[in-house]
Amino acid sequence: MKLSINWCRDFVGIDGAEDIDIKKFCDMMTDSGSKVETYDVLGEDIKNVKVARIVKITPHPDSDHLLICQMDCGEGELHQIVTGAQNVFEGAIVPAAIPPATLPGGVKIKPGKLRGVQSDGMLCSIGELNLTSHDMPGNDNSGICILGEEFADKIGEDICRVLMLSDIVVDYEITPNRPDCLSVIGLAREAAATFDLPCHVPAPAVKPLGDGDDVSNYVKVDIEAPDLCSRYAAKVVKNVKIAPSPLWLRMRLRAMGVRPINNIVDITNYVMLEYGQPMHAFDYKCLDGAHIHVRRAGDGEIYKSLDINAEDTPLTSSMLVIADDNKPVALAGVMGGANSEITDETSLVVFESANFEGVSVRRTAKAMGIRTESSARFEKGMDPETCMPALLRACELVQMLGAGEVVDGVVDIYPGRAEPTVLPLQPDKINAFLGTDISEEYMVSALRKLSFEVDTDKSPAMVHVPTWRADVKCMSDLSEEVIRMYGYNEIETTLPFIRMSEGGRTERQMFEEDLKSLLCGMGLWESVTFSFIGPRSYDMIKLPADSPLRKSVVISNPLGEDTSVMRTTGIPTMLEVLLHNQNHKNPSAMMYEAATVYIPNGEDELPTEKKSLCIGMYGAGDFYSLKGICERVLGFAGIRSYTTVSNRKGGTYHPGRCGELVGVNAIGDENGIHYGTLGQIHPDVAKAYGLSGEIYAAELDLEAIYENRSMKHEFVHLPKYPSTSRDFSFVCDEELEAGRIESVCVRVGGKLLVDAYVFDVYRGEGLGEGKKSVSVRIVLRAPDRTLTDEEADKTAAKILSAMEKELGVTLRGVQK
Amino acid sequence: MGLRETLLDIKSEAESRLHEANADIEALRIQYLGKKGELTAVLRGMGQLSPEERPAVGALANEVRASIEGEIAKMKAEREEKLRELKLSAEKIDVTMPSVLPPVGKRHPLAQVQRDLENIFLGMGFSIVEGPEVELDFYNFQALNMPEGHPARDTQDTFYITDNILLRSQTSSVQIRTMEKKKPPIRIISPGRVYRSDNEDATHSPVFHQCEGLVVDRGITMGDLRGTLLILARELFGPETKIRFRPHHFPYTEPSAELDVSCFECGGKGCRLCKGEGWIEILGCGMVHPNVLLGCGVDPEEFSGFAFGVGIERIAMLKYHIDDMRLLYENDMRFLAQF
Repeated sequence: MKLSINWCRDFVGIDGAEDIDIKKFCDMMTDSGSKVETYDVLGEDIKNVKVARIVKITPHPDSDHLLICQMDCGEGELHQIVTGAQNVFEGAIVPAAIPPATLPGGVKIKPGKLRGVQSDGMLCSIGELNLTSHDMPGNDNSGICILGEEFADKIGEDICRVLMLSDIVVDYEITPNRPDCLSVIGLAREAAATFDLPCHVPAPAVKPLGDGDDVSNYVKVDIEAPDLCSRYAAKVVKNVKIAPSPLWLRMRLRAMGVRPINNIVDITNYVMLEYGQPMHAFDYKCLDGAHIHVRRAGDGEIYKSLDINAEDTPLTSSMLVIADDNKPVALAGVMGGANSEITDETSLVVFESANFEGVSVRRTAKAMGIRTESSARFEKGMDPETCMPALLRACELVQMLGAGEVVDGVVDIYPGRAEPTVLPLQPDKINAFLGTDISEEYMVSALRKLSFEVDTDKSPAMVHVPTWRADVKCMSDLSEEVIRMYGYNEIETTLPFIRMSEGGRTERQMFEEDLKSLLCGMGLWESVTFSFIGPRSYDMIKLPADSPLRKSVVISNPLGEDTSVMRTTGIPTMLEVLLHNQNHKNPSAMMYEAATVYIPNGEDELPTEKKSLCIGMYGAGDFYSLKGICERVLGFAGIRSYTTVSNRKGGTYHPGRCGELVGVNAIGDENGIHYGTLGQIHPDVAKAYGLSGEIYAAELDLEAIYENRSMKHEFVHLPKYPSTSRDFSFVCDEELEAGRIESVCVRVGGKLLVDAYVFDVYRGEGLGEGKKSVSVRIVLRAPDRTLTDEEADKTAAKILSAMEKELGVTLRGVQK
Repeated sequence: MGLRETLLDIKSEAESRLHEANADIEALRIQYLGKKGELTAVLRGMGQLSPEERPAVGALANEVRASIEGEIAKMKAEREEKLRELKLSAEKIDVTMPSVLPPVGKRHPLAQVQRDLENIFLGMGFSIVEGPEVELDFYNFQALNMPEGHPARDTQDTFYITDNILLRSQTSSVQIRTMEKKKPPIRIISPGRVYRSDNEDATHSPVFHQCEGLVVDRGITMGDLRGTLLILARELFGPETKIRFRPHHFPYTEPSAELDVSCFECGGKGCRLCKGEGWIEILGCGMVHPNVLLGCGVDPEEFSGFAFGVGIERIAMLKYHIDDMRLLYENDMRFLAQF
């Protein structure tokens, strides 16, 4: 909300634009609760531009289009200025920039020669003074601004003073609870309270016409939806003469960023800015049946917007319209209709000053895609008590401007009159709440400054809340009023005196923190990505058409297609991260994200949110490095009963380089727990993303890992006896997975087996086509004795026989 | 020449030869002390001596042997010492050559800031509570004193899933979920993701992170809010930091305030970071609105509380001078390596 300091001075005796310490003004307003965003000093960019009269015009000796003007600038002697404009004439009063002069945009005017003729300044167009033809009717940018004879006595005076261009406009951030401050009067009240000055809002005075005519001869109003319209007031103006508004009014509108149109429209805008009350003016001749109905629209009913570019829009029955007997003429509180617009031919006007229910206005404005100054105010809840003074103010202005004759009598339908709010003043409670020691006297005077009436004869004192302060409803609201006057920063800082309760991180939170430290320690970098992706991403990562992961939570109003669903997998965002790094020539990357994924449940149910540990890397190792990282993660959680099984299905991953980490039971059978998938990203998927080289990724289910963790540590005695080992090399088919050889060793090895692992794979001559030699080491130990060779050999023999029986593999040699 | 002279000659000859530059110490030992060595040969001749002479010559012979043995041991030690030195010198390396860095990753700057915030409040006995990001309208708005149609809903452009389910626009939703489950005393923070339908630019992101704080018990005052946030400000920005409250409005707190901290770059004199103001806005806060307490079954006549919400991106950007929010979600290694 913009506030013109000059306008504000109509109501409160603050310093004018020339004298005010604006920085201090803004700081103090902010401290008392009216947050100033910025301020703008109008007219300061125009210096030394004067009102001047062209006394004589002579042609330029060397130019057809330049004219030499002798100017009376009120200094006695004449001033010679050369101009190229053709609309000048002898006797014209114009703005003249007299060197050294400054114009908006930092333009400096110095004396100079134009084609050899001395020119001591410049005659200005409206554009050069940053004005528009709305601000200065009758002028346009094609020529010099012609000011008219009414400025004859201003020759030599500063243009900013004469055209009332100097002002300071303060821009406030008005929070939604203070719609009363969306007005000059509202902010004047705040300024008065802030600076401890009286605020005087004169009651508008409308002189009776006394011709026996009455508003009832023109219009009848019916509120057919009193739930949506608490008050509807109207007056009629006849013999309207549509004309431009006077300079002072135009300049006030301009300062507040509103474009002047004509006297009637300007009056509605002026009153809205001054009182905060949105007004509307109808052309009476367009109202069929001289009857205004405030009613809900019929479904599909058509409304013609004032916005000429808008298409005719069908309405719905949840919207409130102002209608005559036949058609809607306005969307209540949002915008007037094209069919009742004020035009230059308008001679009879109905002024509407009404109160519409906020939620309904908000919905209508949203549904129609129209947001206006009016709807923005009604949405926040206006005070119906303001309807009447605003309406009378409009009529007062009509009389002041001579814009027409105000017909006597007023329409005022007021079904929604509300009881005023009265609250007890409880100083002890307020002080206990704020942690202050403010006297009751101070509280009373602070509230009174803010226009609250306080009845101190009663005990407790009773606070009568002004009708425009619907936001004040309880003790904490009164506390805020008191403390913003007293000063938020006057409250002493204390620390809560609070009973002890359990605090700290939960086990789960610690688990995740520690896991992330481990990942960082292994060389992985944490990344943070958006939680939404495009449905296209599921195709890009070649998720099977029937994959349950394709079913995601869908955002109904997304920013775009690519951010329209909540991710069910962290892979797409991880691939984007890797791509960014490849594109920026980072030679390698190892990243992880504990990505929340969102698994939809029923239609009206919240989805399940779970953490998926996503790992992605390139240029930093192969499948086995990735497998090592994943195994370290499981190891961190104390999970030992798992195995890696190959996944040859393809899809997101390379069909020959993908594994699933699955839980196993005591005898090595899968137990249905799925810890995650790891592998090389399918080259087609990598290509779809624009990634090059081998990309490795894994997605681990943190919930499953946490659930199956085994992190209780128990001390086991260190071995007292040495271990012994046996190495075997088995010749087997290329297709046989080394893991199967290992698992046979583990299962058959029995209690003595401490470890069994593949340490070499050899392919080559002497083995035969399609064969490989897998070398395994088994480590054996007994807890209570040194194993004899015979015992070790016995176990080895058992393993060999099982190997031959189960896997059909033969020994290439035994090394002791 | 008598035996005595011969012995002394052997001693001086052996010792002088041992000191020769390339002396073969082992060969000399054999030559002089070996079974067929010169000294042994002399001793064999002892039989020819008279019994009177024998003890003296014998003693001399032992003395000579001991002396030569001692000299040999000394020379051997010297030789070994030299060899060790040679070996060490041959093994020398250029320590200015590049190192072999063990791979190490880092936490994301947002995670680091979040952890800083968590640690400050954990130290004051707070718990960390998480809540769903896909949330019911009830928890995000209605229970926070923003019924349907409330104008404040407009200040937070919200992503909706259905009419009733949305992406939470603030972590304040966790306040309600906490108070529904737990009676005062309550002392929690709730860091997490929030969503607003803003297009991405240098200062906006549709996804960002907040950390909510809530304290509810008997007798909690606005002074307590100021005191707690003063600790936060000083822990985050240094012990000299000053705080300033500015009146503001949030539907779920009353009174409400925005918190400014004295600029930690210029100490409040005014600089580019604080745009010449000397103060930097860091969070919104206030006393929990009685309607919010009531809605959660907490009697506002008995209990009071305060709440605050910090933008984690905001703190990270201020603290690390990051001038473009988008950098935080690009995850460029060169960016992440800076923190």
